[in-house]
Amino acid sequence: MWGSPPGCEAQRLPPTPSSAFRSRGLLDQGVQRGRWRPAHFEFFAAVFLIAGAGVSFAQPPQTNPDSVQLTMAPVQGNVYVLMGDGGNITVQVGKDGVMLVDTGFAPLAPKAMAEIRKLSGGPIRWIVNTHVHADHTGGNAEMAKLGMTSESIGPPRIVAQSNVLNRMTAPPTGNQPKIPEAEWPNDEYFLPTKDFFFNGEAVVVYHVPAAHTDGDSLVFFRRSDVLSTGDVFTPGSYPILDLARGGSVEGEIKALNQIIDITVPAKYQEGGTLVIPGHGRLCDEADVVEYRNMLTVIRDRFRDMIHKGMTLEQVKAAKPTLDYDTQYGSATGFWTTDMFVEAVYKSLSGKPVSESK
Amino acid sequence: MMDHPPRGRIAYGFLLASLVSLPALAQVDFTGEWAPLYHEDGPERLPGPELGDYTELPINAAARLAGDTYDADRISVVPEYQCRPHGGDYSMRGLGNLRIWREIDQTSEKLVAFHTHMLAWDSERTVWMDGRPHPPDYAPHTWQGFSTGVWDGNMLTITTTHLKTNYMRRNGIPRSDKAVFTEHWTRHGDYLTVVTVIEDPVYLTEPLVRSDNWYVDPGQNIGIFGCEYAPEVPRPEGTVPNHLPGQNPFLHEFANWYGLPYEATRGGAETLYPEYQKKIANEYHPPAHCERYCRCTSLFDCNVTSK
Repeated sequence: MWGSPPGCEAQRLPPTPSSAFRSRGLLDQGVQRGRWRPAHFEFFAAVFLIAGAGVSFAQPPQTNPDSVQLTMAPVQGNVYVLMGDGGNITVQVGKDGVMLVDTGFAPLAPKAMAEIRKLSGGPIRWIVNTHVHADHTGGNAEMAKLGMTSESIGPPRIVAQSNVLNRMTAPPTGNQPKIPEAEWPNDEYFLPTKDFFFNGEAVVVYHVPAAHTDGDSLVFFRRSDVLSTGDVFTPGSYPILDLARGGSVEGEIKALNQIIDITVPAKYQEGGTLVIPGHGRLCDEADVVEYRNMLTVIRDRFRDMIHKGMTLEQVKAAKPTLDYDTQYGSATGFWTTDMFVEAVYKSLSGKPVSESK
Repeated sequence: MMDHPPRGRIAYGFLLASLVSLPALAQVDFTGEWAPLYHEDGPERLPGPELGDYTELPINAAARLAGDTYDADRISVVPEYQCRPHGGDYSMRGLGNLRIWREIDQTSEKLVAFHTHMLAWDSERTVWMDGRPHPPDYAPHTWQGFSTGVWDGNMLTITTTHLKTNYMRRNGIPRSDKAVFTEHWTRHGDYLTVVTVIEDPVYLTEPLVRSDNWYVDPGQNIGIFGCEYAPEVPRPEGTVPNHLPGQNPFLHEFANWYGLPYEATRGGAETLYPEYQKKIANEYHPPAHCERYCRCTSLFDCNVTSK
């Protein structure tokens, strides 16, 4: 059996009125019971280290896990989200046990598991990795171990698109450490979708090629009506295009359009299917539409400038992202506006950035 | 047979009841049906703003570029925009009739919330009056946002956060989801005056302050809005109409129609203040004939070619 933690029940969503945003209940109740705590986005800065011309996504935060605050928030149906340092962890619970989408950083796994245990004492049976980066896969081994109970019939299946496994098992380059075998996915897929039934609902995993990376998955909880997107959708920043791991602008736009295809708003573009991004707040289709619009408009501008033969420096001087920089950009940190502009240019022109100089 | 209480006890009861209810009586009740008045900023609100008209908006360069590259086709071509409601802030510009009602806790008789319903997109909003805090940053955002109210004498001050990204003006000037929207509601008999303040760190360099008025209209029937999206023109999936920077052919129309210097139409904090009138005095040449929205007092008498 499982149950909600004290106080968490109070945040659960009320019965859905036909015209209401289903999360309105969550909003209406605000922090009345003091359950909400500040979000921690500084994880980004610790996660991503600049390595030459590329970006390294493999390092855990140098934060003391004891000082990290994790917050479990109900989403809807069987689905919750654990927010804190590292990527969002989607948690689905029910009579069959526990399913996770992503596992955060390894050092945070015990703390994350303690939060999950407030929802369910059942075994973790499924883990889906949305992509290869360590802030989403680093806790695989530890969570699999901690998630074992007397009801377990073996370690959880760790599902990921096959490119995730390929990259995790590849010989390390530079100073990157070898990724332990226990962290590897053990149930990879290579077709466009994979589905299974767990806790009374269908779970559909969609591969979206060449978006944030080449191994991105969207995870749709069909009965709960919740979509977990991984880092294909990060509403607090420009999309992180990891070109070195097969990401691209066009693939990212296609992936965002696929999210919009899957999601259905309840009324007047609000509520309905809820979207858990890789990082950041809970969203719905309308939030993804704004994000898709942003990237599409930027893509159109870059295409035009590249078609005119402009160099990267000329493109930068033209400030083609000016209208979005105050919303999504950053002058400092692991993923700056400059880096985004360079990635978009490189992705669309097919030229290494250095060749454009 | 029931005994009648002594008259003195009844009087005492009334007195006690009136004392207990004094705090509520000292506050204003906005309950009722309200019709918008359009004597302020008429053409902008109805029939709607001109493309390239950024006057009276303390916008930054980001908002200006967003407006310059906006293509109004987006409203019809992007299916998800066809039924996209106004934000809670834009609704208060009075684009439709308004109903306000109170939610009273029956045990304590305390005011829990005001609720509003507006014609446009059947938008409903709750203004919590019970002192609850706003949700954290990562809670979902909605079109109407999360609103709380406090009394300042007879004035109700409402603070709204958690708005979804929307427009600040319906010609492509955006308002971000980081904006905080403050309203000051004051009732003068049959009139409701709402002074609004938008603070948006993403698109504004200083707060945008405006006012709107409503008139009590107890006989109004707001009606049903209803909207279902329907693709009207086959387009490739994911098409988002936009003008490339510097290639929007419509940006000078507004300045030309009204004889304004182009720079004055570009918005920005400087253009809000009276001193700016002096600065452009020599460049303002009113047209000999009004060509556009000359005598608008409502949506229905705004003939484009009225002279």
